[in-house]
Amino acid sequence: MIDFDVVNLSRFQFAATALYHFLFVPLTLGLSFLLAIMESVYVMTGRPIWKRMTMFWGTLFGINFALGVATGIVMEFQFGMNWSYYSHYVGDIFGAPLAIEGLMAFFLEATFVGLFFFGWDRLSKLGHLTVTWLVALGTNLSALWILVANGWMQNPVGAVFNPDTMRMEMTDFAAVLFNPVAQAKFVHTVSAGYTTGAMFVLAISAWYLLRKRHIDLAKRSMVVAASFGLAASLSVVVLGDESGYLTTEHQKMKIAAMESMWQTEPPPANFNLIAIPNQEEHKNDFALEIPYVMGIIGTRSLTTPMLGINDLVARAETRVRNGITAYETLQHIRTNPDDQDARQRFDAIWPDLGYGLLLKRYTQDLSTATDDQIHQAALDTVPNVAPLFWTFRIMVAVGFYLILFFAVAFVLASRGHLDRNPRLLKIALWSLPLPWVAIECGWLVAEYGRQPWVIEGVLPTYYAASGLTLMDLVISLTIFLALYTTLLVIGVKVMLHAVRKGPEDTHAPQSSAAGMPGQIPLQA
Amino acid sequence: METLIPLDYGTLRVIWWALLGALLIGFAIMDGFDLGVAALLPLVARTDTERRVALNLVGPVWEGNQVWLITAGGAIFAAWPLLYAASFSGFYLAMMLALLALILRPVGFKYRSKLQSPRWRSNWDAVLCFSGVVAALVFGVAMGNVILGVPASFDPDTMRPLYTGHFFQLFTPFALLAGVLSVTLVAMHGAVLLAWRTEGMVAARARRWGAAAALLSIVLFVIGGFWVAYGIEGHAITSLTEPAAASNPLAKSVALQTGGWLCNFTIWPAMWLAPAAGVIGALLTASLLSAGRSGPLAFLASSASFAGVILTTGFALFPFILPSSSQPEAGLTVWDASSSHLTLWIMLLVTLILLPIVTAYTAWVYRVMRGKVSAESIDTTPHAY
Repeated sequence: MIDFDVVNLSRFQFAATALYHFLFVPLTLGLSFLLAIMESVYVMTGRPIWKRMTMFWGTLFGINFALGVATGIVMEFQFGMNWSYYSHYVGDIFGAPLAIEGLMAFFLEATFVGLFFFGWDRLSKLGHLTVTWLVALGTNLSALWILVANGWMQNPVGAVFNPDTMRMEMTDFAAVLFNPVAQAKFVHTVSAGYTTGAMFVLAISAWYLLRKRHIDLAKRSMVVAASFGLAASLSVVVLGDESGYLTTEHQKMKIAAMESMWQTEPPPANFNLIAIPNQEEHKNDFALEIPYVMGIIGTRSLTTPMLGINDLVARAETRVRNGITAYETLQHIRTNPDDQDARQRFDAIWPDLGYGLLLKRYTQDLSTATDDQIHQAALDTVPNVAPLFWTFRIMVAVGFYLILFFAVAFVLASRGHLDRNPRLLKIALWSLPLPWVAIECGWLVAEYGRQPWVIEGVLPTYYAASGLTLMDLVISLTIFLALYTTLLVIGVKVMLHAVRKGPEDTHAPQSSAAGMPGQIPLQA
Repeated sequence: METLIPLDYGTLRVIWWALLGALLIGFAIMDGFDLGVAALLPLVARTDTERRVALNLVGPVWEGNQVWLITAGGAIFAAWPLLYAASFSGFYLAMMLALLALILRPVGFKYRSKLQSPRWRSNWDAVLCFSGVVAALVFGVAMGNVILGVPASFDPDTMRPLYTGHFFQLFTPFALLAGVLSVTLVAMHGAVLLAWRTEGMVAARARRWGAAAALLSIVLFVIGGFWVAYGIEGHAITSLTEPAAASNPLAKSVALQTGGWLCNFTIWPAMWLAPAAGVIGALLTASLLSAGRSGPLAFLASSASFAGVILTTGFALFPFILPSSSQPEAGLTVWDASSSHLTLWIMLLVTLILLPIVTAYTAWVYRVMRGKVSAESIDTTPHAY
């Protein structure tokens, strides 16, 4: 019934388009705030250099923003296109934050971003500054609502399953909005965006200083970026994600997988600095452990045990068995809608229904599921450990490196020594890709670590896909591959062109000679 | 929780049907002229300067306008999840085509004038024209298919959407007529704005093309009307309607009858105002443009025409929102495809608070950006496209 090639290609397509979209989003988040800060300085001091800075970084912001907008539409449409059962199953809850994102955030951001570019001569100084802040506010609100939606996928609160409509339905909007996972993710994600924006400004300014071009603008930009980046990189790590980790059963599984912790250890657990996980045998072929650290980070106590993967699988197995009962009760209600007893029983056990659905890939008739199949379904709750283990470590390592880097840059910048330190400038330039590396790793940990669920504990990923054909997926993937590669090349080309051209008159592309498009050669 | 909601479920469903229409009309009126300007680019603007004038007319506002589509998509997801699930996956490759156009468009606007190379610019002009025509065409073809009914149903055990058609089946003659109508409507609407807010040759060509597009729209719309009346089966619910029942699209029975989509107009004759607005609005647009009077009045007339055409479709289909050709009783209606009572209520509150604010600041932005766009004005505007 379910075509696993279609499911896997749909997963690949969603992951690829989401990771691609998120090349642009963090820069939008970070740069919009930096623009607002620079323009605020301009309005407060009245010094034209700060206006030039705002306009120059604004040009680069715009080049990035266009690709963010273009690839963002895809994200919203893809739920319905590739994940139609998901859309039906949880649209009652998940659709709301997406719609509110449009109304509250994206309208704000997109309506005022036009005025940011075109309004310089039509608005008062204060008026334009307000517009810039509204753009920054819009981008951040946008992140808030998207992460409310995403947080609900990790921790589906405030909803129940309705047997009459065969879907999850909202019971408590406040619980969805104030979902602790969503709140933690929001701070973590926007801080990562600010760090990216700061790194971007710092690296390009460093390049100008190394070339001895636009020194005034570059030095000032670096001061802003270094201080903003230090605060942001600290908050990425400190506010971090972990406050949300332990709230649900499977988040425990995710953290155990990230740590490659197969067995429950006596508290406080050791931290595997390096390990070679063996997924087949549920053990590490090699592990370099630091005593106590994991227990203290994970539980913030010396006595609370952290469950290992094997114990979590055993618990999942119980839930799969309960899930069979839940599924059978649901079938009973579907044929006897008036059986109030069955409805009451179902209301108590529906949270295990999703675990029952894990079995559907092994047998259509859950009542005949064998112990072997049940065990297999429970084993499926273990995500792929090695990639999680390593991407998490890369993310964390980059995070700590960036704190160190911004701290040094901040100290040098506050003493006015930045331009006299070519080594740091070169390091800044070479560090440019790192925030993106960390961010993409972070999304991998968050979403790949959520597998096999698309909605944690509620809906298995494989069960949520649309009934498309393999050809549909081949065509759409080909289009995305060709289009996104071309756009990346073009985007980088336009961005580099604008950077090379520098701040002078970036804001007025001249008309070509009169008549047909002119013969002025492409400026290097 | 349910007992605290002051509006009953059935009423909320009708309100959300109206809001869906409002968002789609908002998208058509606001982003329609952006699509139209892009589609008309090679026809109304020949030189690089002329093209930049046309693009800078929509330059400050297209990003905000596009959010009407994003919000409409989100609202369909939130308020009509079954519609969102069945139509977006059913129209998969057509949606891909629309996405292709919508992905290229922002990049085209933003990047076209960043480099000086004539080839670079003319390539992007072609891309922008493609994006305007194709996006409008696909949305129109989709609407046409909704009127015809789509081969969609639901698995009774799981309510999983099932779709049995494929891409090329979408392009039937009637659906193509709807698609072309959609293109002529955006062309009319874009031309009206160009004629109003640019000068010289661009405005003159826009007046000619706009009048032509308006007249063509009337012809296509009227042909479509007769087609619906005499050649297409309309759907009607024959079982008892329970406006407050749980959303289950498989619980009703449906009868088909040629011309059935016109029944609502007999029951509620006031609905004839919608097709009348569609025709008269376009007629007024054409005559105003021909008379050289291309101001706000022409824009209002063109907007009324566009809204009239969309409303006509919505009125004709009511209470259906996605009729099924393969299994008519599985068609989606206002009464059996919505979100829960609570979600509709919360989303209504959110919309009632936010939509007026959005409208207010959008109006302010248009006020700030008012005035004609000319070769001189773009040369003095920093960041111009």
